[in-house]
Amino acid sequence: MHGKTAVTVNRPPAEVYQYWHDFAHLADFMTNVGSVEDRGGGRWHWRSKARDEEVAEWDIEIVTDEAAVIAWRSVAGSDVASEGTVRFAPAPGDRGTEVVVEVDYQSSEPKVASLVKKLRGDEPGMQLKEDLRRFKQVLEAGEVLRSDGSPEGPDSWRLLHQRPARPLSDAELDELGALR
Amino acid sequence: MRANCWMGVNEVEVQEVPDPKILNRRDAIIRITSSAICGSDLHLYDGYVPTMKEGDVLGHEFMGEVVEVGSGVDNLQIGDRVVVPFPIACGHCLACEREEYSLCENSNPNAELAERMWGNSPCGIFGYSHMLGGFAGGQAEYVRVPFADIGPLKIENDLPDEQVLFLSDILPTGYMGAEMCDIQPGDVVAVWGAGPVGQLAMASARLLGAEEVIAIDHVDFRLAMAERQVGATPINLDQTDVREELLELTGGRGPDACIDAVGMEADHGTGPIAAYDRVKQALRAETDRPHALRQAITSCRNGGTVSVIGVYGGFLDKFPMGAVVNRSLTIKSGQCHVHRYMRPLLDHIEQGRIDPSFIVTHRLPLEETPAGYDTFKHKENECVKVVLQP
Ligand SMILES: NC(=O)c1ccc[n+]([C@@H]2O[C@H](COP(=O)([O-])OP(=O)(O)OC[C@H]3O[C@@H](n4cnc5c(N)ncnc54)[C@H](O)[C@@H]3O)[C@@H](O)[C@H]2O)c1
Ligand SMILES: [Zn+2]
Ligand SMILES: [Zn+2]
Repeated sequence: MHGKTAVTVNRPPAEVYQYWHDFAHLADFMTNVGSVEDRGGGRWHWRSKARDEEVAEWDIEIVTDEAAVIAWRSVAGSDVASEGTVRFAPAPGDRGTEVVVEVDYQSSEPKVASLVKKLRGDEPGMQLKEDLRRFKQVLEAGEVLRSDGSPEGPDSWRLLHQRPARPLSDAELDELGALR
Repeated sequence: MRANCWMGVNEVEVQEVPDPKILNRRDAIIRITSSAICGSDLHLYDGYVPTMKEGDVLGHEFMGEVVEVGSGVDNLQIGDRVVVPFPIACGHCLACEREEYSLCENSNPNAELAERMWGNSPCGIFGYSHMLGGFAGGQAEYVRVPFADIGPLKIENDLPDEQVLFLSDILPTGYMGAEMCDIQPGDVVAVWGAGPVGQLAMASARLLGAEEVIAIDHVDFRLAMAERQVGATPINLDQTDVREELLELTGGRGPDACIDAVGMEADHGTGPIAAYDRVKQALRAETDRPHALRQAITSCRNGGTVSVIGVYGGFLDKFPMGAVVNRSLTIKSGQCHVHRYMRPLLDHIEQGRIDPSFIVTHRLPLEETPAGYDTFKHKENECVKVVLQP
């Protein structure tokens, strides 16, 4: 599976790069990523978000890390084979930063294959696009905006499974809290 | 709490729903003191806007008192009296920096749905479909307001609700419609639609110096209101050939600017094209009926401006592009960038230069909202604008 998406973030390139550079931040805007932990030496441990099934875990290593581009890939032998690149370029006319992200996910393990499907969303690239909207919101507006129809914020599954636009019940709020 | 909910085409119902809670740091919760029914709500009621869901709370024109604020809101205090703009805007994206608030890039969590329909997404809007965010609206006792540190305008005078409520939408909308006309001394401005938006577009055109304002509609009491309140020259489209009459009133030139304050559900049109639109819209082959817009374009003087504030949702047929190009017309449009206009217009109200409350004809308790929709839609009892009080 391959996904590629671009978004313009109204912040200076150095700031946008700096935020992504700390991979722990990825869990703040990637819907299906539960946590990313620093293991030192340019390695990060990823855990998918536990929703109703098991959690996938794998390690990635940073391949390139420069102000204009960060690239990573799973270490050899991981259940989830993933690689990704993010590029940061100044937008013309002081319009912030153009961010282009490319990711690939693969899995040979059937058990993990369904998790991989979750990671990439139902349509190739669709979840990535929603994740980048969240990334832009975090950097520009300071938070991922929730609505009554989409309480988790931008989310590819939720687009087609909207709640009615009416306030959440206490039970729904509790469930949402667990997702936070 | 009680809230007015969309239950299907031509069906709204006041129901018991959960009280809104803070979901984001920049949220506030408002206890509503007044809200209103808008012509835009009729597009939802009549079923012309896709992505509505049974149970959606409606309403995007409202004001009230702050009862709770999130940790990221430091400009509002509990007890503040505020009017809330209908577009939800973050204040920090490129569009917000340009003061194009209704194009905010961060306020529609369902932007993907709008992108599929329109190529890109505008802002999120309270109570206005899932394509525009799926936010509960303000025809209710309480409402959650996202980005509350940017939107709500504090009212620190003791003007009654009715004089400031319309800062939430239709006064800025009418004003922006007139402002887009770039009115010069001597200009004649014609306005299609003498509904609430048209009335306030006419009043704004006067404020901005129009020499003459012409009102076009087919509802006599609305035309009479425009004549009485704004000094507009009325044209009843059922009784005369509108274009001929406009040429007569302007020495054969045509109005310098034409404002479409009707939108996608325009009535009539005469002759074969009207029949064509009725059939195509019924078959959903054309989504909107652009009679007023076509007439505004063909009536405008050479080199003039057509300002479109009536809402369109999808696709139009028989659009007179030849007239636009060959007669150098300028078309301007948009959902109103309300935030940009609230403070200056509040100032106009405080100074007594404009008083938008003249449009209010009906005041109803929230529980009677469904009757309010019906009365407003069918223009019964000389209805122009309905205000709801919980
Ligand atoms: N751009 C924005 O930000 C914005 C904001 C608010 C409302 N609106 C839109 O403005 C429009 C008007 O809103 P309103 O509250 O005044 O609604 P309304 O339905 O009360 O008014 C529309 C008026 O147009 C008249 N009309 C119908 N067909 C006509 C025709 N062919 N020629 C001339 N007049 C005709 C009707 O008789 C009615 O009086 C709606 O489309 C609404 O969605 C836009
Ligand atoms: Zn409105
Ligand atoms: Zn914005």
